[in-house]
Amino acid sequence: MGIDLPLIWAVIILFGIMMYVVMDGFDLGIGILFPFVPAKEDRDVLMNTVAPVWDGNETWLVLGGAGLLAAFPLAYAVILSAFYLPLILMLVGLVFRGVAFEFRFKARAGKRRWWDHAFIGGSVTAAFFQGVTLGAFLNGMPVEGGNYAGGAFDWVSPFSLFTGAALVAAYALLGATWLVMKTEGRLQMRMRSLARPLAWLMLAVIIAISIWTPLAHEAIARRWFSFPNLLWFAPVPTLVALVTWRLLRELGGEGHASPFVLTLVLLFLGYTGLGISLWPNVIPPDISIWQAAGPPQSLGFALVGALLIIPVILMYTAWSYWVFRGKVRHGDGYH
Amino acid sequence: MDALLLARIQFGFTISFHIIFPALTIGLASYLAVLEGLWLRTGRKVYLDLYQFWIKVFAVAFGMGVVSGLVMAYQFGTNWSNFSRFAGGVTGPLLAYEVLTAFFLEAGFLGVMLFGRERVGPALHFVSTIAVAVGTLISATWILASNSWMQTPQGHEIIDGRVVPVDWFRVIFNPSFPYRLAHTVTAAYLATALMVGGAAAWHLLRGRDNTRVRTMLSMALWMLLAAAPLQAVIGDQHGLNTLEHQPAKLAAIEGHWERTPEGEGVPLKLFGWPDMQAEVTRYAVEIPRAGSLLLAHSWDGQIPALKDFAPEDRPNSTVVFWTFRAMVGLGVLMIALAFWGLWLRRGQRLYARKNFLRFAVALSPAGLVAILAGWYTTEIGRQPWIVYGLMRTADAVSPQHSTAQVGFTLALFVVVYLVVFGAGTAYGLRLIAKGPAGDEAERPAWGGPGETRTPMRPLSAAPEDDQAETDIRADAAKEGERDGH
Repeated sequence: MGIDLPLIWAVIILFGIMMYVVMDGFDLGIGILFPFVPAKEDRDVLMNTVAPVWDGNETWLVLGGAGLLAAFPLAYAVILSAFYLPLILMLVGLVFRGVAFEFRFKARAGKRRWWDHAFIGGSVTAAFFQGVTLGAFLNGMPVEGGNYAGGAFDWVSPFSLFTGAALVAAYALLGATWLVMKTEGRLQMRMRSLARPLAWLMLAVIIAISIWTPLAHEAIARRWFSFPNLLWFAPVPTLVALVTWRLLRELGGEGHASPFVLTLVLLFLGYTGLGISLWPNVIPPDISIWQAAGPPQSLGFALVGALLIIPVILMYTAWSYWVFRGKVRHGDGYH
Repeated sequence: MDALLLARIQFGFTISFHIIFPALTIGLASYLAVLEGLWLRTGRKVYLDLYQFWIKVFAVAFGMGVVSGLVMAYQFGTNWSNFSRFAGGVTGPLLAYEVLTAFFLEAGFLGVMLFGRERVGPALHFVSTIAVAVGTLISATWILASNSWMQTPQGHEIIDGRVVPVDWFRVIFNPSFPYRLAHTVTAAYLATALMVGGAAAWHLLRGRDNTRVRTMLSMALWMLLAAAPLQAVIGDQHGLNTLEHQPAKLAAIEGHWERTPEGEGVPLKLFGWPDMQAEVTRYAVEIPRAGSLLLAHSWDGQIPALKDFAPEDRPNSTVVFWTFRAMVGLGVLMIALAFWGLWLRRGQRLYARKNFLRFAVALSPAGLVAILAGWYTTEIGRQPWIVYGLMRTADAVSPQHSTAQVGFTLALFVVVYLVVFGAGTAYGLRLIAKGPAGDEAERPAWGGPGETRTPMRPLSAAPEDDQAETDIRADAAKEGERDGH
């Protein structure tokens, strides 16, 4: 057997989605935190911390969609049909949020509030429906003859609504710790004080999902609690506890960049748990990446590009972040 | 109304909005790269002033292109799942390459281009502008490779009911790809030139005559002069390609129902009303033999007729007949504007001839309208196929969505798009109406000494209050005097 193309593509897509979650996560978080920062000047600072990079962050979501279509057309067709409404609501949220970056600064004072609301509403909507889709994805979906066979509202469940709210909280924590890193003075203090309860909330959410997931999903329970898997997974909750403890300490102290980094680790751990639960299915509960894969000619052709170009993308993305490093101050106009 | 029709309307609606913004960003990004290059080379500040001015419009258009494009990337799966499963093996990798080679490039360097002038050197900033411009062109290349493959598919096999690419070179360089790419990119440049030129003409008509506005008009008209006649040639070649590979589309565009007898030649219908039921083009105004001349490049060449095809295989001639004529008609007006401008250059009458300036203002949206008309022609002309000859549109739609569901999302998109893109257009027009300022590079920002400066997207804050607005007016008036008009 040669190269396992579907396997490599699954890793690339998982990597792409993780990049999306951590990168767009903090700039969606800024929208979620907007209501707690009423002053116009502060809001300007918040937006300017991400204005040069948000567009690149969001591109990882497009890569997720395009990669899925390229490598797993069956999964793309089924998943996007199954989550038709939540995905479209998410897109509508992203539309409002994305244009708010431009329009807010161009609107007259009276209209600016309107775009502030669009930014908040768009960010919360997008984050919530991403979380809902995630939860519904874990729940799985019926497939018959290569088509989604469920109803239009199958994605609604207590579990998926909870994961929706959970992701809003997670993005808010990411946003708050990002702002601790990028701001100073009074605004930074405000973000520190916001981040602490959010970190506790995050811990509660992780615990709740860790209990709820195996209770609601028998297959996942079997995977988690069978031997030797249990040994492999045991470090995950331990690490979560350790990282959260460290995060709370850093937030209470002087750390600038460390809270953000620790939150990223926390999110990465949660994401790993998710991957472990689902592997190797691309359409839960039982269609694997190999069954949903496109023709090898397609996977191979796209893979050449992905392997050559993604490292380059990572390099110039890092360069762009480097250019805009440092604190963003009140009245810092980019020229 | 069934779910299929609603899905088609939804796709047509969302892509009609989307297509406008990439067209403008392709043109504006190249224009900005040229301006910055000229500034670095000549050191003339007018080019930097124009750069700082148009980059704001570019940023608005880019933002709207990104968000509406995001919708497109997911719509293939939400509404057209059977198509995605059938043809994803070809369209998926092409879209993935677009994301990898173009979207990331644009997004990565856009931040530096918009905000980084103070943070990187002039050379790196110029590189960023070029990277964004090249990104828009690469993006066009991949998406048109994908669309052209759907129009003239080759290089694949069909195995187990889905498309399997066997020769990627043939897939990408399919027969209509070079024509479609050239036609579309030229159209984007034309649309931008018309917008820039129209904006300059508008300012001149209002008496704001200065070097910046003149440079804008002059550059736009040179672009128009180069691109508009060239576009006519490319369009003609594209038409011959359609005749060869999509004869039904061509017959529908011509409203040509029956083959004419040997040796008679095909007349060209200038106007008329193709009636799909009666299978005849009513009220036709014709030029004898001109159809043969244009399409077969001979006195009595034959072209296929609609009745050569089964009724269920015919595109809607009523629509494409007229969208095609709208596109060509606007193209003729563009060429007229370009040559009139050339004529007026003698003795600097270009900047003063009122009728000419009014004509330029009237044509400023013409490029975008022509792009929409051309896009309708090619896409509706492809029907009833989604992949020409391989898959019918009716078989491509997601089978499980109810009319109510697709209807709801369509209504949602209509409301959201009208609000968002209505506002965006208004902001864009307001920026254009403000006109390029002369000292923006040095101007600290709105607010004045002792007050908080307004942080902004690239120098883009609209005036905070009437005072600032008055300042601009005064500035503009002063500029006008200085330039001696």
